[in-house]
Amino acid sequence: MNNTQFKTDQEFFMDPQRCIGCHACEMACAECETNGQTPMISVDYVDRFTTTQTSVQICMHCEDPVCAKACPADAITKDEFGIVHSANVARCVACSNCVLACPFGVPKKVEPMQLMMKCNMCYDRTSAGKKPMCATVCPSGALWYGKREDIEKARPNSTPVNSFQFGKQAVKTKVNIMMPKGSTQLVVD
Amino acid sequence: MFQTLNLKAVLVATVVTLGLIASVIVGSRNLQNFDGALIAYLFGTIFACFGIAYRYVVWLQRPPTWRYWVRGWQLFFSRKMFVYGWELAKHFFNDFVCQKFIYHRGTKRWIAHLSLVVGCMIAFAVTIPLTFGWIHFGLKQGTIDTYEAYFWGFKTMEFPLHTWIAFNMFHILNWCSVLVIIGVTFMMRRRLTDAGQIAIQTFEGDWLPLILLLAISVTGLGLTWDYEFMQGKAHQFMAISHAISVILFLIWLPFGKFFHLFQRPAQLGVAIYRKEGEIGEQAICPHTEQPFASKLHINDLKEVTKKLGFNYDLKDGTSHLDLSPQGKRAALAKAHLAARKKSGSYFG
Ligand code: HEM
Ligand code: SF4
Ligand code: SF4
Repeated sequence: MNNTQFKTDQEFFMDPQRCIGCHACEMACAECETNGQTPMISVDYVDRFTTTQTSVQICMHCEDPVCAKACPADAITKDEFGIVHSANVARCVACSNCVLACPFGVPKKVEPMQLMMKCNMCYDRTSAGKKPMCATVCPSGALWYGKREDIEKARPNSTPVNSFQFGKQAVKTKVNIMMPKGSTQLVVD
Repeated sequence: MFQTLNLKAVLVATVVTLGLIASVIVGSRNLQNFDGALIAYLFGTIFACFGIAYRYVVWLQRPPTWRYWVRGWQLFFSRKMFVYGWELAKHFFNDFVCQKFIYHRGTKRWIAHLSLVVGCMIAFAVTIPLTFGWIHFGLKQGTIDTYEAYFWGFKTMEFPLHTWIAFNMFHILNWCSVLVIIGVTFMMRRRLTDAGQIAIQTFEGDWLPLILLLAISVTGLGLTWDYEFMQGKAHQFMAISHAISVILFLIWLPFGKFFHLFQRPAQLGVAIYRKEGEIGEQAICPHTEQPFASKLHINDLKEVTKKLGFNYDLKDGTSHLDLSPQGKRAALAKAHLAARKKSGSYFG
């Protein structure tokens, strides 16, 4: 991509356990210029009947993105900063492979447009040296963007982890999840 | 470079290109009807043909693409051929002729793309057969005001000169240019003003195709302008700059954004695949207990992701892919909560 102000010393850290389900990030996400009024972030009630737990999910920007590999139209690309971009609008044939293959349940398909859209870490902002929208509005620190040393100082009892296990599949991501101190991996199932 | 050359693709592209050359020779009656002035355009087109066929075959070999390709044809030639034939016709009309889905992305985007496609498609329909010597025109014998059009050496129509029909026949490429310029202007405007586009666009990916289309149309109009209003004084300049821009376009055709013209028909294959999925059994998410996709799709995807080197099989014999996107997000949130709980503190 053609912009050079991307700050490589800043990273995304998320802690779904801190999510209070306020939906502020969703509103902020709809301000993103690259996805135009359609929020790409997911705020979920994990299991509404039994718990008040809510959770938030952005694109984790996998090092080896299965969404891109499973795309039959070569519509998803990863750039030199490790950002996995939203579908190329001229190529996406709206097949949903990416939606169903992503282990984090991230991409969304907008049916009438026949187009998949996903979080590109607010590329319009991050490529200009700014923080992603969601991270600037999250009141509880579930979504946080900045320098690694700063979050380590602010949250001494947590360790940023970027390694996941889904069954037999290990996944490494650009985005970190805050885990109990000393953790190395989040084993999902 | 030769190690990365895809042999299958070279083979197919060679056969397709030789087929094209043969059809040029036959269609122009042993080059009798071939217009020598168009030789550079012909070479450009032959190069584009090879490049497009090569890239297409490389693309088809990717596991997800191949799966859709095979499934699409399987369904088309199945017992439900008429059902799917009708489905394809509907989608062809809505998605290719009317491009309704682009309308849903924005009215201006739709107008821009539609005028571009109509302009380009008519222009291709005229220029490609002309370049191949498949069509040519001549005065009807014994007359000085009736023109005849030949296709593959067979007379297909005749029309009187100095009439409305003749005027439009001879100027059709100018009308195409106007349509293309309208489309490109809208697109360039969007690329200059839309902050999202500005953030992600690249020169070779997004601007070059627009610049090439604009150059072709402007120099094409220039040719007419020159002989109508400048007594042909600038003919050489116009002819050369037009030829250069068209040939650059042809060379860029297999590599850049224009390749979507050949990729997009996959949208039709996807449409019948989805139809088949809707008729069949649905995949139920164990978390939400709701259907979220067709069983056909999930099963295919399990195989395709394995071919790509991803294995989401779980210990209990099920797969992470059995979960809907919402189910997957919930699984992650639950695992995170469990890990926090185990550490003795919910927050940190
Ligand atoms: C003569 C053939 C065609 C040409 C020259 C052409 C050219 C273009 C160009 C230049 C763009 C980029 C616009 C931009 O700068 O944003 C584009 C976008 C696109 N094209 Fe085509 N195209 C052609 C045929 C088709 C066909 C047959 C389809 C299938 C329906 C198609 C689908 C698309 C789509 C979906 C986009 C994205 C539009 C948007 O979201 O704004 N194109 N095309
Ligand atoms: S989290 Fe999902 S959408 Fe994001 S890069 Fe990974 S596979 Fe793709
Ligand atoms: S929905 Fe679009 S981006 Fe996603 S896999 Fe299908 S073609 Fe690719």
